[in-house]
Order: sequence, then structure tokens, then C-alpha cells
Amino acid sequence: MVPLSWYIILSAVMFSIGVFGFLARRNLIIMFISIELMLNSANISLVAFSHYLQSINGQIMAFFVITVAAAEAAIGLAILIAFYKNNPTMKVDEIDLLKG
Amino acid sequence: MKYTLIPLLPLLSFIVTILFGRNHIKEKAHFIAVPAVFLSFLLSVSAFIDVMNGEVININVYSWIVSGNFNVTVGFLIDQLSAIMLLVVTSISTLIFVYSIGYMHGDGGYYRFFAYLSLFVFSMIILVMANNYLLMYFGWEAVGLCSYFLIGFWFHKKSAADAGKKAFIVNRFGDFGFGLGVILIFITFGSLEYLEVFNQAGGITGQTINIFGTDVSTITLICLLLFCGAVGKSAQLPLHVWLPDAMEGPTPVSALIHAATMVTAGVFMVARSNPLFNLSETAMMTVAVVGGVTAVFAATIALVQNDIKKVIAYSTVSQLGYMFLALGMGAFSAGIFHLYTHAYFKALLFLASGSVIHALHDEQNMQKMGGLKKYMPVTYWVFILATLSITGIPGFAGFFSKDEILWRAYLGGDLGRFLWFLGTAAALLTAFYSWRLIFLTFHGKFRGTEEQERHLHESPRVITVPLIFLAVGAVAAGWVGIPPIFMEHGDKIGEFLAPVLGHPKGHGTHAQEAFVMSASIAVAVVGLIIAFIMYIKKTDLPEKLGSAFQPVYKLLFNKYWIDELYSKTLVQPVLKVSEKIILGIVDTKIIEGIVNGVPNLIGAFSRKFRGIQTGLLSNYALVMVFGTLFIVGVWIFLK
Repeated sequence: MVPLSWYIILSAVMFSIGVFGFLARRNLIIMFISIELMLNSANISLVAFSHYLQSINGQIMAFFVITVAAAEAAIGLAILIAFYKNNPTMKVDEIDLLKG
Repeated sequence: MKYTLIPLLPLLSFIVTILFGRNHIKEKAHFIAVPAVFLSFLLSVSAFIDVMNGEVININVYSWIVSGNFNVTVGFLIDQLSAIMLLVVTSISTLIFVYSIGYMHGDGGYYRFFAYLSLFVFSMIILVMANNYLLMYFGWEAVGLCSYFLIGFWFHKKSAADAGKKAFIVNRFGDFGFGLGVILIFITFGSLEYLEVFNQAGGITGQTINIFGTDVSTITLICLLLFCGAVGKSAQLPLHVWLPDAMEGPTPVSALIHAATMVTAGVFMVARSNPLFNLSETAMMTVAVVGGVTAVFAATIALVQNDIKKVIAYSTVSQLGYMFLALGMGAFSAGIFHLYTHAYFKALLFLASGSVIHALHDEQNMQKMGGLKKYMPVTYWVFILATLSITGIPGFAGFFSKDEILWRAYLGGDLGRFLWFLGTAAALLTAFYSWRLIFLTFHGKFRGTEEQERHLHESPRVITVPLIFLAVGAVAAGWVGIPPIFMEHGDKIGEFLAPVLGHPKGHGTHAQEAFVMSASIAVAVVGLIIAFIMYIKKTDLPEKLGSAFQPVYKLLFNKYWIDELYSKTLVQPVLKVSEKIILGIVDTKIIEGIVNGVPNLIGAFSRKFRGIQTGLLSNYALVMVFGTLFIVGVWIFLK
């Protein structure tokens, strides 16, 4: 039996990697993947708590997160492709049209 | 329906002409306007006959405003008074419309001219036919608007545009009072309909109203406010200044609006409200004194003016003064009688002077005329007839009406006696300036340029025929009011109007009446003789007199400097306040300050904070992460 704390540590580590990747990397695709990593780290802790507390709510929540993540991936990638058609770059430093 | 058509026909003519005039009707505008107003005239005659047969028409055609107990209808009251007014307005309008065909021929705004004239006739008919004060007020303002349009008809000329504005603004002062009067009538009587108001008028004689701590009789206040409107519209002292300037308009306009009809609206209104005025001694006295003083005052100015139309304009102001003098003495029918005769001889004077101006190619200075008698015989003779009429030579229209007024004044106690003296003095002045005008214009040698002399000619028939018709009126219009001293039951118009205007008070002996009459005839003849000596016999005399009495001459020539006085005391301060305070402080500082200040403030803030928006995704991400951490941290810490 794997104790709950391990799952939590795994989740926290994954989340931190995600945050670090999101902040440190400059490629849009990689940043995108980092966001997915954060979402899935949340899923792990949700499912772990659900099992530990013997409550189905956490698993339902995880499905919601997966659904939202799927929708987000679809729209996000579509935006990225549409953007790439106009500006053939994926370097986030070169994308600063909103500069005030 | 028949009666509703009287105002409706000119209105239709206006709508059609103004809508299709520019592109379709153009030089044919008179084919619409003249028949419309002529039909109106025929219908007025038929209405007049109905009234003569004892019928008083009071019809409501449309419910105009219904709000709580405030009910106003578009309704027409045709009684003896409005029937006469309708006849005067439509008959003179018809003649002047015909005259305008010739006078305005070839003008670029030909259709516009007839459109405005039609609108004016419509408004004037509404004014006299209304059966309540609000509808009259509508007509009152509408004729003022038409007057503005027509004075400034040649708006590319700055003086004409200015004169239009002046007329409109000066009339604001009077109309403001009139408007307040109408409101006070509604507050007091709860109705605006003439008959209802007059029925209740007797019941409020003791009522007072508190203004700034003093009690004023309500009825006096109503009458004075109404009279305030009349002073503006009928150009009495101190609001007379707009009328002489209004002569910038085309001459038919001067004749129709600024002599025969619109300016007499004030007289009509006071006569219409006679049941109210009869109740207020103070108001009646004010009316009489303003009228009497204006009669003399305007006549003195007319003595020395050189512009032919200005002389007649001041003469109009003076004659209107006579009418108010009559009204103030309680002789309402005498006032209306003079209004009616004056309409004919004054319209004739204006149109005839228009004929002269036309022949001289827009020369209005009498000093540059002279000797026109042999070139323009028709104009000359109608001018003579009109002058005989206005100066009060027995047998002519003006004699009967003016004499009736002077006689009523003579009977009016001490004040009346004084006003009679003023009236007789004004008659002397009238005779002098009227004959001076004739002698300067038609007698002696021609003093204009040779070029003008070569083109001198009598005006075309379309101009002279209306003159002849009006001349018939100027001679014969007075025969309906022959005083009893000459003929039993000769005063038909007085008897006809009596159901509306009542009988004048006071009785005198035949000897007194003969004295008043001979006095007015004597001054008329004396005026003629003085003018004859000064302008025919010894033509150097006017100049000598002018330099001998330089201050007086200057005072009169500059019209008592009243325009300058108003300019200094009213116009300049208003302009100064507008420029310095309204424009300089309120507009530029306060309003523009707010309007420009808000965006400037936002702009300044924006410039400070725009640095935050780097546009770099990683920066936003960093802020987002630390922001989340901060919020979660605060949340945990506070827990």
C-alpha cells in the first residue's frame, strides 16, 4: 500500500516542474505542455484524496479537469496554429504585440 | 368647414410653394399664392356677411392639448371684431400679393417670397380668428417669425439680416410679457377661451397677487402683461426701435406686415381683451399714455428723416400710438376703426413709395429725388390721396377715424384733455412730414443722377392697379364711420362693433365736437402750409432752420439716440458678459476644462501605468504565479 503522502509529493513535484517550465521556457509549445503537466498533477492529488477519503467526488472532479484540459488543448492549439500562420515563430519573446 | 378654409388655403399655398418652389414652381409661384389668398378673401367676405346677419361663429375644429384640466382647442371665433379684421387682412393681402408680382419680378427668391407671405397670411388669420389665448399666441409668434424671415429676405445684405434679428429680439421682450400674461390668465380663470375668461372677469376684480411683497391687483397685472406684448408687436415706446429698421425688407413686406396688419396685432389683442382692460383703470391709463406719447414722439422723428421708407415707418409708429390712445380712453371701436382705415392709406403710402423706389432703381433718399410728378402721374396722385387721408382732410378715410379718436380723448377728463392735445400736436406734425415727403419726392427739380433720370418711368400696371384699388380704400374706407354730427346713424362701424367692444363712455355737446374737429382740420392745413413754404417756396429755409436749431435737429435726426442708448445700456453689457464671463470663464474654463480634463487625466494615468504592459507572455506568467502564491499565502495566513 502506497501511503497518501507519496502521491502528494509526486503531485507537488510535478506541479513545480510545470510552474518552472511555464516560467523558464520560451517556446510556446513547451509552455503549453507545462500547463498540461500542472493540470495533471492536480488530477493525481484529486484521485489520491478520493481513494483515501473513500469519496467519489474527487474522481468526478478529475474527469471535469480532464474535459476542461481537452477543450483547452483544442482551442489553445488552434490559436497557436492560427497565430503561427501570421507570425512564423514560436518564441514567446518575439510575441509582444500587446506592449503598452 | 367654410371658415376653416380661410386660414387653410394660405397654409396650403405655403406648403406647396416651399416644397416645390425651388425646382418646379420658380417664377410661377404667384399662380398658387394669389388665388389662395383671393379665395380666402372671398370666404372672409362671406363670413362677414354671416356675421352681419347676426350670426356669431364659435367652432372648435381640433382638440389641441388635453392634460388634466388644461384643455386647449384649435377653435375659431368669428364675431364682429374678427370679421372686420379678416376683411382687412385678406383684402390688403390680396392687393399686395398682386403688387408683389410686379415688384419682386426677377428676384432670385421669388418663390420663397410668396411662400413666406402665404405663411404670414395664414398666421395672421389664425391670430385674429382664434377663440382662445393660446392659439392667438401661436399666431402671434408665427407672424413674428414670418416678419423675421421677410425683413431678412435679402439676407446676403448684412443690414437686412441685422434688422431681422433686431426685430425678433426686441419682440422677445414684449412676447415674454404676453406669455406670462397668458399663463396668469390660465392660473386665474382656469381657462384660456375668450368667452369663458370674459364671463368670469367680473368676479375677480378684488383679487390681488403678491409680487415681491407688494399686493398687485390680478386683473391689472394681467392687462399690463398683455399690453407688454402689444407694445413689442405694435412698436410703441420703448420697444419701437425695431420697426424703422424693419424697412430693410422688400417694400410689399413693409406695407403688408409692418404697416397694415402684423403691427396692428397689438391693437387687435387689446381690443379683443377689452372686458379685461375695462376692469383696470391703471392698465387703461397706461395704454392711453403710452399711445399718446408715442404718437407725438414718433412724429417728431419723422420730421427730419431723409429715407422715404423711414418717414413712413415712423408715421406708422405714430398712427399706432393713436390707436392705443383710443383703446386707453375706452373707445375700442374708434381704435379698431382707425386700424382699419390706417391699413388702407398706410399700405398705399408704402406701395406707392415702393413704386418710386422701383423707378429710381433702389434709391430711398428723398434728397436725391424730386420732380417725379410728371414721370409718375398715377403714383403721384395716389400718394396725394393717401396723404390727404392720413393728414385728416374731411371726407377722406383718415379724417373720420382720427377725429373719432381725438373726440373720445377730449371727453376723457383731465388726462384725456392732455392726450387730446398730444394727439392734435401729432396731427400737425403728421401733416407737415407727410407733405414734406410729397414735396421732396414729386415736386421741384430732379436731384438724382442723369442715368436715373433717363430711366424714369411709371410703374407697370401690375403695380399701379393695386395702388388704385388701395386708393379707393384710402378715400372711402372711412365712410362707414361718419360721426352723428354729420349724419344720424352714420357711425355704422361703431354700432356694428358695439356687441363686442361696447359703447364708448362720455357725451359732449355738438359745439365741443365741432371745436375738436375744426382744431384737427386747422392743424392739418397749417402743416400743409408750413411744408409748402419750406419745401416749395423758400427751399433754403430747412437748412437755415436746421443750423439755427442744431441741437434739436440733431436730437431728432438721430432719433433721440435711443438705439445708441439701448446699445450702451443693454446690448454692450450683454455682449461683454457673454464674451468675458460666458465664453471666457464658463465655456473655456469650466465646460472645456471638464470635457478636456477627464481624458487628459486618464491619459496621464495611462502614461504612468503603461510600462506594466510589456506584452511579454513570460512576464505575465510570472506575475500570475506570484500573484496566486500571494493570494494563497494571504488566505492561509489569515486562516
